[in-house]
Amino acid sequence: MPFDLPTIWAAIIAFAVLAYVVLDGFDLGVGILFPLFPHRHDRDVMTNSVAPVWDGNETWLVLGGGGLMAVFPLAYATVLPALYIPIILMLLGLIFRGVAFEFRWRTQRGSGWWDHGFWIGSTIAAFMQGIALGALVQGIQVADREYAGGWWDWLTPFSIVTGVAVVVGYALLGATWLNLKTTGDLQHRARRISMLAGVGTIVLIGIVSLWSPFIDEVYFERWFGWPTAFFSAFVPTLIALCALALWHGLTTDKHLQPFLAALGLFVLSFAGLGISFYPYIVPGALTIHEAAAPESSLIFLLVGAAVLIPIILAYTGYAYWVFRGKIDPEEGYH
Amino acid sequence: MDFGMTAEMLARIQFAFTVSFHFIFPAFSIGTASYLMVLNGLWLWKRDPAYLRLFEYWKTIFAVTFGMGVVSGIVMSYQFGTNWSVFSDRAGAVIGPLMGYEVLTAFFLEAGFLGIALFGRKRVGDALHMVAVAAVAIGTLISATWITSANSWMHTPAGYSVDEIGRFIPEDWWAIIFNPSFPYRLTHTVLAAFLTTAFAVGAVGAWHLLQDKSNRQARIMFSMAMWMAAIVTPIQILVGDQHGLNTLEHQPAKIAAMEGHYESHPDGAPLVLFGVPNEAEQRLDYAVEIPKLGSLILMHDPNAPLDGLDAFPEDERPPVVIPFYAFRIMVGIGFAMLGLGLWSLWARWRGNIYSNPWLHRAAIVMGPSGFVAVLAGWYTTEVGRQPYTVYGLMRTAESLSPVEAPAVGASLVAFVVVYFLVFGAGVFYLFRLFRRPPILEEDHELDKGPHRAAGITPGPAQEEPIREGGSHAV
Ligand code: HDD
Ligand code: HEM
Ligand code: HEM
Repeated sequence: MPFDLPTIWAAIIAFAVLAYVVLDGFDLGVGILFPLFPHRHDRDVMTNSVAPVWDGNETWLVLGGGGLMAVFPLAYATVLPALYIPIILMLLGLIFRGVAFEFRWRTQRGSGWWDHGFWIGSTIAAFMQGIALGALVQGIQVADREYAGGWWDWLTPFSIVTGVAVVVGYALLGATWLNLKTTGDLQHRARRISMLAGVGTIVLIGIVSLWSPFIDEVYFERWFGWPTAFFSAFVPTLIALCALALWHGLTTDKHLQPFLAALGLFVLSFAGLGISFYPYIVPGALTIHEAAAPESSLIFLLVGAAVLIPIILAYTGYAYWVFRGKIDPEEGYH
Repeated sequence: MDFGMTAEMLARIQFAFTVSFHFIFPAFSIGTASYLMVLNGLWLWKRDPAYLRLFEYWKTIFAVTFGMGVVSGIVMSYQFGTNWSVFSDRAGAVIGPLMGYEVLTAFFLEAGFLGIALFGRKRVGDALHMVAVAAVAIGTLISATWITSANSWMHTPAGYSVDEIGRFIPEDWWAIIFNPSFPYRLTHTVLAAFLTTAFAVGAVGAWHLLQDKSNRQARIMFSMAMWMAAIVTPIQILVGDQHGLNTLEHQPAKIAAMEGHYESHPDGAPLVLFGVPNEAEQRLDYAVEIPKLGSLILMHDPNAPLDGLDAFPEDERPPVVIPFYAFRIMVGIGFAMLGLGLWSLWARWRGNIYSNPWLHRAAIVMGPSGFVAVLAGWYTTEVGRQPYTVYGLMRTAESLSPVEAPAVGASLVAFVVVYFLVFGAGVFYLFRLFRRPPILEEDHELDKGPHRAAGITPGPAQEEPIREGGSHAV
């Protein structure tokens, strides 16, 4: 029975997390790239390119987390204690990143401090999200409706590699975003960085994809067993197509295409994860059905989500449209 | 890093610490968002540049406050899972959807329109800009509605059943949302946010009036704030009284702690004005009290019996010290606010509201009072609910994650350091922004910001009036 309530909700939560990853991904990426752009003027343009939208992007994280508590409380109650340290560090990183948008304008002497806070906070948040992902892929021990593992279980060579992969991937999103939103020298450099980050991202996606089937037999079966191997072959093929589109766009000075191609890479990697995880929500421990809230909660919130998420997408799209086009660098100096 | 405390105690301190910081910012941003909506509406209606200047002035302050509210709020929404996972597992099906609706109806609305409200006036035109400003203001109020509903359910649970593994199962969403204490708590909290903002705005206006009593923008600020003080404070006191009566009905032990009644009073309870709770001996030392007034206020009958803490089993009694003092601080501030409101009415009538330096000094002293009252109120409410997280049903001790004390202790230290650093700096910047004179020229160094830099073609409606003239008398 593929279309029952918990499955629908798993799809909605997955959508929220994906929306978070691609949207906040590019603005965290802009932060990660900060040290490569030391001039105040460039940094003003960079932060201004995301200032009107970052809060909306981050709200998807609140929906992912809050939504999990509402519809999969048991997953929320076991995953977060398991990832205690990475989550706290991510939250602290997001604090520095979030306040920097305003604080760097409110002081002259201290501005450099908040610029440091901005890139260190963005990088830590991205790295911790990657670590959390790796730890999830490796599986979480649950016994008696509680997390049953140790405090450092999340720290493994694999999770460090996924952490680095997310940082590099976000840097790619950020660089292609800057390529889209800026002009002149800044755009030039963003494009060169996009190429490097693009190569790095592809290599890391390759490493993580080849490594994860050997972590758990279930993943191995999924990817290499028949008949699912037939479907899973699509994902790598499409990833290769996106990589080509990315490269082509960057070498022929397209502005939108590289950004879309980079988004495509993320969407496909995410789909790959979905193939590995299903039907588990906490890999190795809890399936979607085991973790689901009672039906009355699922229905109550679904009514709202069905009506409100399309409306949210509409006005979020409108907000992006209002701030469309290149950032005018001259305006930054008033 | 466990400081000799249990994981439970550390997690409680961590929750109280982070939520206290979190609530300080929303209390201010809920009020400021509505204030901005009013200012922008007045500008569009009267086309008086003074209102536009005030809008721009408070907009920057709002942006800084809002940013801090957002990042501290995200911490809250994950803390239920990291530190209170058993609570999340058992009550998540009830609390979670309420917070889920908060995200869907409020957080996205605020965040989606914030960019336009702050930076987009020239891009979208006056009408749509007004819509965006209103959307942000309404979003903050919707947010307050859902979160106080969730919180109220934990005080006065309703509409649920409990299944065989101890989970709360929602049965009747209407009863859950409109649980018995929700209407009182919502009204009281939203009015508190408005008062907090009014007194902060009043203090800023008063400070600038002391510098230059002819500054028209400062006059408008001060006058608007004093109207709020005079009108809203009496309503708040009335609502608080009703809130207390409701609490007496549903959480009598909390009232006993707030009032300092260790003993029951079978024939009429006194009103304790002051005293020193002695937890070891379970009595109130040095009590100053008015006989029978407690029963008169709470039961409208001087001789009605009132239960003290001795009427409850020992393991169901809340601590007394914090609710007792915090309640007195809140009520004290409430009456001080009333006093200032009345004084401002008198000064208005006498015609010296803009020139009476003592009134202005008093308003400056009262500037932070709203924040103190709000925190005192929450401490009363939350500590008075102990030892339960879901009142009468689930204990705080049972709610904790399977975490080890050193992990909670270390993260607590990290939060304390980061919050004081980051939010300390933020508050410092807010004070710098308050110090800018609200004159018509927008040339102060601190006026610069992302909004000036986002690529925009200048609009005719705005450029002229801002630049012309300085402060002049009305
Ligand atoms: C939706 C739930 C919720 C909301 C909106 C609030 N609280 Fe709360 N509060 C809790 C849910 C909760 C809790 C999870 O239930 C805690 C954690 C430990 C406990 O006993 O209750 C708690 C504890 C707690 C404590 C510690 C009490 C003690 O351990 O003795 C304080 C001081 C506050 N809170 C203060 C606040 C403030 C200032 C709030 C305003 C924003 C607030 N709470 C909103
Ligand atoms: C412990 C419970 C609470 C949690 C988990 C929580 C969660 C959050 C989160 C995640 C945000 C950021 C949203 C964004 O990204 O824009 C936020 C902001 C906000 N919260 Fe809370 N909150 C809590 C308590 C409260 C209370 C009690 C109120 C008011 C009565 C409140 C009012 C607001 C408002 C108005 C905002 C948006 C404005 C601002 O950020 O300044 N919150 N909250
Ligand atoms: C003097 C008049 C006041 C009275 C009689 C009063 C009464 C109360 C009572 C009885 C509670 C506890 C409710 C519970 O049992 O949970 C409470 C909570 C609270 N008070 Fe007041 N209050 C007064 C003034 C104020 C003022 C001036 C402010 C802020 C500006 C304020 C802000 C709050 C807040 C934020 C809470 C916690 C949320 C809630 O439970 O509603 N109060 N008040």
